[in-house]
Amino acid sequence: MSKFIFGRYLPLNSVVHRLDPRAKLMLSFCYIILVFLANNPLSYVILIALTVGSILASKISLGFFLRGIRPLLWLIVFTVVLQLLFSPVGGHTYFHWAFINISQFGVINAGYIFIRFLLIIMMSTLLTLSTQPLDIATGLASLMKPLRWLHVPVDTLAMMLSIALRFVPTLMDEATKIMNAQRARGVDFGEGGLFKQAKALIPLLVPLFMSAFNRAEDLSTAMEARGYQDSEHRSQYRILTWQKRDTVTWILFLIGFAAILACRRW
Amino acid sequence: MAIAFEHVTYTYQAGTPMAHTAVEDVSFQVPDHGYLAIIGHTGSGKSTLIQQLNALYKPSAGTIHVDDFTVTPETTNAALKPLRQHVGMVFQFPESQLFEETIRQDIAFGPKNFGMSEADANALADEMLTTVGLDASYADRSPFELSGGQMRRVAIAGVLAMKPQVLVLDEPTAGLDPQGRQAMMELFERLHREQGLTIVLVTHQMEDVAQYAEQVAVMREGKLIKFGTPTDVFADPDWLRANQLDVPRAAQFAQQLRQRGLTWDTLPLTADQLADQIAARWPAKGADHV
Repeated sequence: MSKFIFGRYLPLNSVVHRLDPRAKLMLSFCYIILVFLANNPLSYVILIALTVGSILASKISLGFFLRGIRPLLWLIVFTVVLQLLFSPVGGHTYFHWAFINISQFGVINAGYIFIRFLLIIMMSTLLTLSTQPLDIATGLASLMKPLRWLHVPVDTLAMMLSIALRFVPTLMDEATKIMNAQRARGVDFGEGGLFKQAKALIPLLVPLFMSAFNRAEDLSTAMEARGYQDSEHRSQYRILTWQKRDTVTWILFLIGFAAILACRRW
Repeated sequence: MAIAFEHVTYTYQAGTPMAHTAVEDVSFQVPDHGYLAIIGHTGSGKSTLIQQLNALYKPSAGTIHVDDFTVTPETTNAALKPLRQHVGMVFQFPESQLFEETIRQDIAFGPKNFGMSEADANALADEMLTTVGLDASYADRSPFELSGGQMRRVAIAGVLAMKPQVLVLDEPTAGLDPQGRQAMMELFERLHREQGLTIVLVTHQMEDVAQYAEQVAVMREGKLIKFGTPTDVFADPDWLRANQLDVPRAAQFAQQLRQRGLTWDTLPLTADQLADQIAARWPAKGADHV
């Protein structure tokens, strides 16, 4: 579990960590769209520069990101190979057999797909490594505010989201604890055939669900006892404010985005 | 020697920026059939320390001996299964590990994992149920119908059913009523006395330490800062309070009496010892009246 970096928060003190979560969310979103619009080497160079620059500014070591990519490696390889083998004919054909067709077009496409995967994973990993889950929830809630005019229960959704995020580490701890207790009773997790492994999960999942339901009930009682009411407008303890560093980051990224749009092949 | 720790260190998430050393260079020994209590402030590394006894966490450095088993950082997982049976582990709030449909099946789960036949394990389960003080009629009920205290007994029966030689208890009486607490501690004492189980008890109850333990280990910030008999450890109440611990109530009372001029040959640690020593001061007076 500890090897899985994606979706974890790494407490450090850097410009990226202190950025407004709304800015980080919006920029990451635009960045992902731009990754799909980039289609020539120059535009990718700009994207890579933006990514590496952001990572350096976050003070998180690059090795950390590479380790985070490892669990997703097979998915990437699978997609790249698909692209490589089954791209439409185009440019010079290197190899052709039945429906398999390795062409210049396919090789270039596979390369782009690979870089796109890498960049998106890197950037979203950076977002979660540098932003606390609760800040992400606050940021999302703040960005969703305009939806209130369409009678979307934004506050309730935000509350649900922050409760869910808040209890991820708690449930992880609980799972570790129960796993240890069952290992002490002779269960081998992650060993033996598929059937045996699946069966070993029952002693973990049943207690975990029991505890999650109990916790949910206690939490709702505690919230009601303190007068929580659904669909009431709520004020917030931590208020997000726009800082100079947010402006600077926006300007830098917008310049990068404009450069990509300017130099992509239309 | 039942248990020997030699310069044991344990680091969580070694090699990442989140690395955190929970146990640092700990060495101590517990004789065969010993009774060790581990005390210390919350977060002092007690739980990490005891989870190394059956190699749920293998030490990052150092060597652990438990009877005939040896665990080092290089020990492979395959070699650990017999050790897991040898060392029974009762976690904090063990009732959260129950999952089977009936209480009998839950207690028999451990022994079956270690290769016991279904019939033998079920027979053993019924026996263990009475050992922990529940009657046999509970065997076919669901563990989730029970009260918290009863669930804990069932969970402990599940650990005892593996027939461990070393029993590790992590705050086994937390959240129980006084009567339940005493019954629980007496059960462990009986297992220790009658079946010769080596017991390692993590607790915040100084009364239990004074009454049952033969050795006490005091942990602080991952280090073992004191190791000795209860009398040694409780001799210096100021030092204990500086480490956010306390002395048993009987010893507190005895010390207050000392401030009023009474002297003790050995500081009484339990109410019984206190009563005996006080009674011993007036043997003749009672005789005079006869």
